[in-house]
Amino acid sequence: MSATENETLLRLVHVSKHFGDLKAVDDVSLDIEAGSVTCIVGPSGSGKSTLLRTVNMMESLDGGAIFLRGQMIGHELRRGHRVPVKAAVARRQTLNFGMVFQHFNLFPNYTALENVAAGPMLVRRTNKKTAHGAARRYLEQVGLGDRADHYPSELSGGQQQRVAIARALAMEPQILLFDEPTSALDPELVNEVLAVMRGLADAGSTMLVVTHEMRFAEEVADEIVMMDAGRVVERGAPAQIIHTPSTPRARKFFASVGTLAPSEAR
Amino acid sequence: MTAAPPTTRGIPVDDVSGQSVAALPIKQRVGVGSWLSIALAVFVGLVLIELLIFNDNWNWDLVFSYLFSQVILTGLLNTIVLTVLTTVLGLILGVFTAWCRMSRLVVLRTFALLYIWLMRAMPPLVMLLLVFFWGALVPRLGIGIPFLPPIFEVPTNELISRFSAAIIGLAIYLGAYSAEIIRGGVLSLQSGQFEACRALGLPPRLAYQKILGPQLIRVITPSMANEVITIFKSTSLVSVIGYTELLTTVQTIYARNFETIPLLTVAVIWYLVLTSLAMVGQSRLEKRFGRGFARRSTKKMTSVQATATTGTANVGH
Ligand SMILES: Nc1ncnc2c1ncn2[C@@H]1O[C@H](COP(=O)(O)OP(=O)(O)OP(=O)(O)O)[C@@H](O)[C@H]1O
Ligand SMILES: [Mg+2]
Repeated sequence: MSATENETLLRLVHVSKHFGDLKAVDDVSLDIEAGSVTCIVGPSGSGKSTLLRTVNMMESLDGGAIFLRGQMIGHELRRGHRVPVKAAVARRQTLNFGMVFQHFNLFPNYTALENVAAGPMLVRRTNKKTAHGAARRYLEQVGLGDRADHYPSELSGGQQQRVAIARALAMEPQILLFDEPTSALDPELVNEVLAVMRGLADAGSTMLVVTHEMRFAEEVADEIVMMDAGRVVERGAPAQIIHTPSTPRARKFFASVGTLAPSEAR
Repeated sequence: MTAAPPTTRGIPVDDVSGQSVAALPIKQRVGVGSWLSIALAVFVGLVLIELLIFNDNWNWDLVFSYLFSQVILTGLLNTIVLTVLTTVLGLILGVFTAWCRMSRLVVLRTFALLYIWLMRAMPPLVMLLLVFFWGALVPRLGIGIPFLPPIFEVPTNELISRFSAAIIGLAIYLGAYSAEIIRGGVLSLQSGQFEACRALGLPPRLAYQKILGPQLIRVITPSMANEVITIFKSTSLVSVIGYTELLTTVQTIYARNFETIPLLTVAVIWYLVLTSLAMVGQSRLEKRFGRGFARRSTKKMTSVQATATTGTANVGH
């Protein structure tokens, strides 16, 4: 999945998304290198999910552009302006991204194995035997080889989220997007999911992770981006941004999540 | 103060640790309610036996002589054919209308809404008569642009027979109602399911066919079964346009011999049979598309006892 180091895989340039008067994402520019892990943190409502969804083309852009390996995605050029790409093209482009949702969103009527095999079989037209074989391997990778034939309702939250990760991996995306993958989990189930994500990071996957898990962000991320009110407030190396943020807004946020002593908040 | 020994109905048991009480077998509790309900069942049973069997006015011999008679069976067949064709056509129309109703395009949405509005307002009887007498309103049906000469046309009355009028009349009715049921089903799906399909890059048609559709069928089956069962009783309305199905046949016979109750009984028996069939089909569908929702039998679950199903699983069976 990884390519040469230091290649810019994903580039966001002045990306904006409005809901009415609300600027959910406001002029965000970001470079993601191949093989890097970027964690997005910030208070609730700061636009983290929306940013992730614009990358995955689940939300249309109101401004700016997104480039994958230098190619603009989501829009194409016309004379003097841009138009959204056709639905079929958009679908092909989303295949570059694997999405893991806060609430798993597994297909309840499919077993774990079928959930993982569904994408390759339906979209890539892989035959059933190959797809199921690969699905089994992905389930083993996330530690669920023995749960392949269970329906989501028969799995714990942590197991469901790991199936969801396997489902995203099965499409062999270039970039994995995680939207608060552990927020819907009981505390004791969080670690099994984070462990899988750590494994993916170590294997060189490019990951964009919205999370409230500061320990994970500090240990795994190459860069942390802090958002507030739709804007990037501060970004940088994990240790630096978590423990010695430079802007007052970031200091206040990291004090509230406990990585900064309250006395340092100002 | 020492702990009082465990008691059953105030009789002390010589076993403070509760061992002997714990060893007693547990049986179903039979209370006053159980006895009363059994008595009620017996009473209702006797009433029914008296009403149905020891009442000569039912004239069961006559009922059975008509039950499998040629003329009744023909009427029954007509009912079945009408129901099946209406259902198939109506459901296709329903899916298409639901799709229009949820379309991105405002014109399609408006058309679907108008159609549903019209059908909801229109009594089915009026609908049938209107279709049947369409020829009086529009003598020639054609394809073309309004006010210009048509590319192709036929006399309306060649297209509309009693049979086709019955099917069209009932199907466009079912189409509107089932469209709303389907839309209700789509609304009931979690938005996460649509997003997961999109994230995997599934084209909408495939997503509906393989993933969303089966979940949809699970939720809409009970209401759809209602509609379909209503349809085969509504088929009796087609007597107004002179098409003879089960109930019309029965009516013609008792108009002649005045054996009203026995003949209506014949019709009711067949309606019961048809309804039973429909309900068997319904429960089959619910089982088939309930996978992942219904709890599975413990037999298959042996290896999994540890991870008991979560409470979110819906109805068991
Ligand atoms: N579809 C929508 N329509 C209108 N407003 C929206 C929509 N989606 C998000 N918003 C608004 O955009 C803002 C950013 O929302 P977003 O979900 O991106 O926040 P977030 O940073 O992910 O928050 P959280 O940590 O709570 O998940 C919020 O104020 C939200 O109310
Ligand atoms: Mg969010």
